[in-house]
Amino acid sequence: MPIRIVVLTKPVPDPAAAAERLGPDGRLDRAASPAVINGNDEYTLEAALKLTDALGGEVTLLAMAPAGGLDTMRKGLAMGAHRGVLVTDPALAGSDQWSTMQVLAAALKTLEYDLVLAGFDTSDGVGGVVGAGLAALLKLPLMSSAAKIEPDVDAGTVRVRRISPTGFDVLEAPMPALIVGTQLLGEPRYPSLKGIMAARSKEVLTRSLADLRLDPATVGGAATRTKVTGSTKPPARGATQVVRGTPDEGAQAIVELLASRRLI
Amino acid sequence: MAGSTGAIWVIAETNADGSLAKSSAEVATLARNLAEEAGVSAAGIVVAADPAAAAKELAGYVGRVVAVTEPAAAGNAWSVVAAQRAAAVLADAAPTAVLTGAGPDGRDVAGTLGALLERPILVNATAIDWEHGPSVAMSVFGGKLNTTSAFGEGEWGIVTVRPNVVTAEAAPSAGTVEQATPAGDLTLPAVKVVEHVQEAAAALPIEEARTIVAGGRGVGGEEGFALVREIAAALGGAVGATRAAVDSGWIPYAQQIGQTGKIVKPQLYLALGISGAIQHKVGMQTAGTIIGVNRDPDAPIAEFAGLVVVGDLFEVGKALLSELKARG
Repeated sequence: MPIRIVVLTKPVPDPAAAAERLGPDGRLDRAASPAVINGNDEYTLEAALKLTDALGGEVTLLAMAPAGGLDTMRKGLAMGAHRGVLVTDPALAGSDQWSTMQVLAAALKTLEYDLVLAGFDTSDGVGGVVGAGLAALLKLPLMSSAAKIEPDVDAGTVRVRRISPTGFDVLEAPMPALIVGTQLLGEPRYPSLKGIMAARSKEVLTRSLADLRLDPATVGGAATRTKVTGSTKPPARGATQVVRGTPDEGAQAIVELLASRRLI
Repeated sequence: MAGSTGAIWVIAETNADGSLAKSSAEVATLARNLAEEAGVSAAGIVVAADPAAAAKELAGYVGRVVAVTEPAAAGNAWSVVAAQRAAAVLADAAPTAVLTGAGPDGRDVAGTLGALLERPILVNATAIDWEHGPSVAMSVFGGKLNTTSAFGEGEWGIVTVRPNVVTAEAAPSAGTVEQATPAGDLTLPAVKVVEHVQEAAAALPIEEARTIVAGGRGVGGEEGFALVREIAAALGGAVGATRAAVDSGWIPYAQQIGQTGKIVKPQLYLALGISGAIQHKVGMQTAGTIIGVNRDPDAPIAEFAGLVVVGDLFEVGKALLSELKARG
């Protein structure tokens, strides 16, 4: 029996490009930072694609991003997602976690799904709270830190392995449910050439705040309830001491440093 | 937040044996320090099937603890149950701020609570100061930038706090514990825990460790990690790993440090056979002292370690073990 899955895929500044900086307004200067799909979202996308490969069904990508988020979404479509929904609106620039939850919840209300998948956190802000917030707003069961996802579509339930400090817990809930996934879901596939070609013609719906019947006075940059008050580059670390020599000399250098800093 | 007189609250997590989580003792210490600066009180909430032990411990850190006995907290995923009961306590409390841990459970509590109480959230704090309200320091973009953030005028909000950013320190005198019986139904769907599976003996959690000895691709295999463990034991530390080592199946994911693993801030980070690629660096770059042992003198770790020993990690590692043993 086919399954319908929505995967949240946030475009984030490419960590490898290391070009992130804030503009004078304290917001990310997106023009300076090439975007990629958030790394942790690729694991959940891979899990969704494996499920629809096995069961049939549809994977919908959902992102809230500037209009350029369309290009980032194409990669997820090239990996095999069936369609995309991009919520984009100039009024959304500068949204905080609270606004992000409201907007994504409103967008999810326009979609039909059995599962919503979110990544463990994003590489830019490392918050990891939006998935839980969405589950509460939409009154969906929240299944987080997932290492394995096993839906039983006929029974309308899903089991998730949730990582624990010593192993894992097996969670069970009725669908629809919201699952926050981890890297243990499996290595994301690379888009095939065929997938890249097919992605060009896949449907991406764009939605504005007006389309979602949301008021820019209550969500987005104008309604932000948190503000960045300062930013600094982290202090440079001290010079590196390099020791080349015998293993004993290397070990002694380590012990001396540890002793001088009272670490042993 | 001018005019706010409510407490700064912490929502505590418990260990499997019912004791207070170390990270929650840290967050409680931070809440108390912040409350002193703000001129308000510090308070805590424990939600559990049997909250007594953790509540008593938490009262060692903050002046007032509300212990909510909630049978549904056992047998169901804890965070959402706890967030609902905490929301009920906080709804009438006019808090100045609410703090949780930034680990898997803390962030679930924060997100759920934010939605239930319609409150803004600041995430992954590396420090919190008081400047007319909480001024929250964060490390963003993989540590390339440090920012401070505040809640909007007249707002109170929720802050998730990273482990190891403060040292847990008991208050001069213990606080009070109030028992609370949960009122009303849980309105969010419950998630059943149908099985607990124990895979490994509980390793020292890397988020809490003051010393971490970590192995990467250069360790070469499970056998290689035996030496990493031995050195960690000799230094009284935890064992960490890179994604490459975890992907190879040499060590569990719980031990992975980096972009898709954990972010740690130990006093000492000893990296064995780790090149220091950006994906790993973002998880450990704020460690106090970083030492690398690596064959390749040009590996990126040389750009941010305090000491790099160029050599075979097994030879240097064994020599280090004998040095440490010789010191007793």
